[in-house]
Amino acid sequence: MLDPILLARIQFGANITFHILFPTITIALAWVLLFFKLRYNRTGDMKWMDAYKFWVKVFAVTFALGVVSGITMSFQFGTNWPGFMETVGNIAGPLLAYEVLTAFFLEATFLGIMLFGFNRVSNRVHTLATVLVAVGTSMSAFWILVLNSWMQTPVGFEMIDGKAHATDWLAIIFNPSFPYRFTHMMLASGLTAAFLIAGVSAWRWLRGDHSGSVMAGMKTGVYLGAALIPLQILAGDMHGLNTLEHQPAKVAAMEGIWETERGADLRLFAVPDEAARTNHFEITLPNMASVILTHSWEGEVKGLNEFEGKHPPVAPVFYAFRIMVGIGMLMLLVSWIGAWQLKRQGQPKPWLARALLFMTFSGWVATVAGWYVTEIGRQPWLVYGVMTTAQAASKVPSGMILSTLIMYLVVYVALIAAYVSVVFYMARRASRAAMGDITPKPPAPSMQPTLQGAE
Amino acid sequence: MSPLPDLSTFNAWLPIIFMGIMGLSMLAYVVLDGYDLGVGILLRRADADQKDLMIGSIGPFWDANETWLVLGVGILLVAFPMAHGAILTALYLPVALMLLGLILRGVAFDFRAKAHADHKETWNRTFYAGSLLAALSQGYMLGAYITGFERSWAATGFAMLIAPCVAAGYTLLGATWLVMKTEGDLQKRAAFWARRALWLTAVGVLLVSLATPFVSERIFAKWFSLPYVVLLAPIPLATAVLFVLTDRILRALPLPGDKLNWVPFAATVAIFVLAFFGLAYSLFPYLVIDKIDIWQAASAPESLKIILAGAAVVVPVIIGYTIFSYRVFGGKAQPLAYY
Repeated sequence: MLDPILLARIQFGANITFHILFPTITIALAWVLLFFKLRYNRTGDMKWMDAYKFWVKVFAVTFALGVVSGITMSFQFGTNWPGFMETVGNIAGPLLAYEVLTAFFLEATFLGIMLFGFNRVSNRVHTLATVLVAVGTSMSAFWILVLNSWMQTPVGFEMIDGKAHATDWLAIIFNPSFPYRFTHMMLASGLTAAFLIAGVSAWRWLRGDHSGSVMAGMKTGVYLGAALIPLQILAGDMHGLNTLEHQPAKVAAMEGIWETERGADLRLFAVPDEAARTNHFEITLPNMASVILTHSWEGEVKGLNEFEGKHPPVAPVFYAFRIMVGIGMLMLLVSWIGAWQLKRQGQPKPWLARALLFMTFSGWVATVAGWYVTEIGRQPWLVYGVMTTAQAASKVPSGMILSTLIMYLVVYVALIAAYVSVVFYMARRASRAAMGDITPKPPAPSMQPTLQGAE
Repeated sequence: MSPLPDLSTFNAWLPIIFMGIMGLSMLAYVVLDGYDLGVGILLRRADADQKDLMIGSIGPFWDANETWLVLGVGILLVAFPMAHGAILTALYLPVALMLLGLILRGVAFDFRAKAHADHKETWNRTFYAGSLLAALSQGYMLGAYITGFERSWAATGFAMLIAPCVAAGYTLLGATWLVMKTEGDLQKRAAFWARRALWLTAVGVLLVSLATPFVSERIFAKWFSLPYVVLLAPIPLATAVLFVLTDRILRALPLPGDKLNWVPFAATVAIFVLAFFGLAYSLFPYLVIDKIDIWQAASAPESLKIILAGAAVVVPVIIGYTIFSYRVFGGKAQPLAYY
């Protein structure tokens, strides 16, 4: 039979992968919506309100998927990892509690007004609801990243009878890796939303919808992406240095460095072989790994062999890291060319629109790849240096885990497909309405406010 | 009797406070998500145009309603970590099925409104199936919970019996919610649905009330020894009266001017509240019947205090907001319009 711990990890990993797709969009999309709303309040130009109306619907669908997959997670802590809360519950508990209390509720409750309340409350209350939802999504990210960072770099506690007890909450919250991880994640969310907005707008543009709201969306997305990507590269670099300080084994796996060396080469590509403890087919840049990681030509980088038996599986971390960085570079290229062209010509060239469309979900791939680097890179630890993943696992028989795993996977794949198709379907419908190609209806005077109707 | 610790310190009270917050969250969840799961279960029986109205009646609320479950389970997770693992691993399969139901229900709600019209009926069916699956699994979990997760055919059979009863209870909540929130033909049909669901709900309440004293001698003694048997008698009596009252008024509705349309829903909520307190009285102070009590399962006091500080600020805000939201979206339901 399959190893139940591996199955439990795959199940939890599948669920978190599925979950993270949606908050990654909503955290930043909420702020973009606020931007649309404020532009509308300021200028009175309907194109901003049209952009708001379209993207708030995308927000609603995305949010719903985030909620349902998030609920799944709060249960899987118990079903898959009972040992986790039993050992570090005194610390993880309050952090999770604050996540639920301050954030989840703020967003879930004010969301109703944000989505459906425009005609029932004043414009000001509606804007306020948008603000609160945006603050809520970010607070939610804050607390969950505090917990995740603490699991990576645990401080501010003591172990009494095998249980962690908090000694310094400020140290726990602002643990060494938190500022980097939080910045990195927030920027990732911004980029994911930026490329989603740019990509869907480009798709509408390619179908002939050159309306003001489409151009407003495309420009917002492209400029936002162009502004955030250099910040992200910088933040990523600093995050990497921080990881090198606290989790050198993870960095060694990311870089595919087996032997500790001075002046380490940067492996652009390689096939790590854990059995032989070496790489095949290496393509390298001399000394560059040392330059990036230690900011010195001959700096020393610790190799995986220093951590034998205590380092993460190398290949997934190594590949995922390259996928993330590669997409980051593509984002830089596309968003800067796009920004330059939109600034100069006001309209995209068709090839640029196609490039933006291609990049629509690039943020998802990069974010998930980045999470794999950081989470698989933490193995075999669950809480770094405190408890291993195996110690936290439940004793549920593997047959049960396997059957539910298959169930979850089938549902998740179907839902991702449904989500993507619904986003594009909504875009098509919004474009049809914007281009005046509504099904032949007599142009009733009351049409405007009720156009979107109940569908 | 139950091993009460020394209650002279605040620390010893913390687990009781958290049990209270958790219990109230669970109650809020059961009542609030109960009515919208119930509306989902009833969706299959309605006409196409009524479906939009039914969904419209729960649209602004379901997200927030479901969040009470996150709070309830969240407190179990963060305040009683020892019990969280024990309870959820024992309920591994029904939890997975419930989550599947909640996922399907949640996404169908959004997709049915936004997907291609040809797919709307599929999403309606998904909404119905998800709601029913979630309700049935919650019922099963309740059944398994009150038998103390015993692994026997009798216990499994009992949980199987409770499952449809809880689904009926939610249907009753949903139907009486619709009686209050709709008018005309749909309101009449909702009253009819409510009466159909009423008797199975009563069977469920009766089954749970009879089973708990037999599972545990401790619970038997709490109910059937003097003077408790006299002091507690109003609970089952009031429940019985509420059932009869609900049935009578459902027969009479709609009254001229739509008077008293809220009574069936209020009475149903009262039944749930009474059943909840009856169960809570039986269980206290155990989280897993006669095995794990709240003091054994609780986190360290210093951690609980931190959580309590946050909860003391946020929970009143949430309650206040919830009331505000119900006022904004008060009155008869309309089909949902995103503007």
